[in-house]
Parts: sequence; structure tokens; C-alpha cells
Amino acid sequence: MRRYNNRLGIRGWIYAGNYGLERYLYFLHRISGLGLILYLLLHIGVTSARIYGGAAWEQTMSLLSGPAFKLGEYVLMAGAIFHAANGLRLIITELGMCIGTPGRQEYPYVSSVRKQRPLMILIMIVIAVLLLLSGVDFFLV
Amino acid sequence: MRESRYWILSLVAAACLVVLLGTHLFLMHLDTLLAYLGMANPDPLDYSAVMARGRSGGWVGAYILLLAFSLYHGLYGLRSVLSEVVSPPGQRMLTWAVIAVGFIAFTWGTYVVIKSSLMGGV
Repeated sequence: MRRYNNRLGIRGWIYAGNYGLERYLYFLHRISGLGLILYLLLHIGVTSARIYGGAAWEQTMSLLSGPAFKLGEYVLMAGAIFHAANGLRLIITELGMCIGTPGRQEYPYVSSVRKQRPLMILIMIVIAVLLLLSGVDFFLV
Repeated sequence: MRESRYWILSLVAAACLVVLLGTHLFLMHLDTLLAYLGMANPDPLDYSAVMARGRSGGWVGAYILLLAFSLYHGLYGLRSVLSEVVSPPGQRMLTWAVIAVGFIAFTWGTYVVIKSSLMGGV
């Protein structure tokens, strides 16, 4: 039996057809996750400068300060906020909560994806508030 | 162990990370908000502050937990992403490569945390 080739490759991360918003949050989730893990490995390296004494630490810190790095740090923070909040949403839906109860299907059929929408909107609001708060703390105060 | 068990472990690590990493980022970056809440934290990146944290047992434990959870969760995710682009024969090698990276990073990170806690008075 020939299997239908449903592999879309990397292009499929970005667009895989006409799905709901949740499907496209997955792309952001993946990108932010990749960014965070790559940064983590870098972070372990950079923060290990502490064992070479105060001078080495200060030198490393001065190398990594400046407006470009501050912006980079904010982007990382934004990635972490998004990944954490959206990840909580994923755990909640994975455990079968907030997706409605299964029931007998009657015409007209309703997509069960719609039942996840309120949770998603709530999480997006939480993310927006946290992004705003940290943005103000980073750049305006 | 079954693959699903590793996945559940990754989920548990993620739930712990929300708390741990949230606290970490909050203490490191949101100084104005901290001061507003009466928990003023003058320059957490100053060398003496860094080493003072490194000496306390609680911080050492928290850092090692943070290392373990974040490396496990992050590298598990990285493996999931890469497993989509690696051909089937390469999957096992991918797993071992990810384990190797995780082992090296965790060993080095733990070494740094423990060594700086032993460095004592700076």
C-alpha cells in the first residue's frame, strides 16, 4: 500500500493549510523554543565566566552590554513569556481540559476546535499583559 | 522506557520551568517591578552579587534544578524538531547526539555552580 506523503518539510511549519489559529501558534511555539534552547547553551557558557574571577566577569559583562544586547534580551524574554504561557495552554488541552465534553454528533456539525478558543484568547491576553509589563520595565523606567 | 514516558517527563519539567524560569527572569530583569513590590534587588549582575548567590545553598540547588529541567525539556524539544528533518536511520544517532550535548552542558554547568560556591569570600 502506498502511503500518502503528508510530509510538508519546513514549509509546513509555517503554513499547512486552512487550520485554526491554534495551529499557527505552534509555529511561534517552535521558533521560540528553538531560540530558548540555543540561548540556554550560550548562557551556560557565558555565565561560567564567574569562576575566572571578578575581572573576567566584568569584562564579559561589558562585552555583552549595549542597546543591541538589551533588545536581544527583551526578545528572549518575550520568547520565554510566549513559550511558557502557550505551553501551559498546551498542557491544559493535552490533559483534556477546556476542550469541551465529547458528545453525540448532530447536524449541523460544530468543530471542536472552537471550544478551545476562549482559553486561547485568555492566554493571549495574559501574554500581552506580561509583554507590556516587561517592556515598560526594560525600556521606559 | 517508552517514548511516552520521556514525553510526560518533558511536560513535568516544563511545568516546573514555568515557576523556576519565571522567578529567574523576574529577579534578573524586572528590577523596577521588584522595587515597586518592596523587594529591591540592586544590580543582580554585579560580580559580588553573583558570587553571594553562588555561595548560598538554596541558590546552588535552584540553579542545578534549573539546569536539569531546562536542558532536559529544551533538548527533548530540539530532538523532536530535528527528528522531523533527519532520515529514519539517523534517529538513533540524533538521540545520542542530543544526550551527549545535554551531558556535557549539565556537567559543565554543575561544575561552575559548585566551584563558585566553593570559591567563598570574593
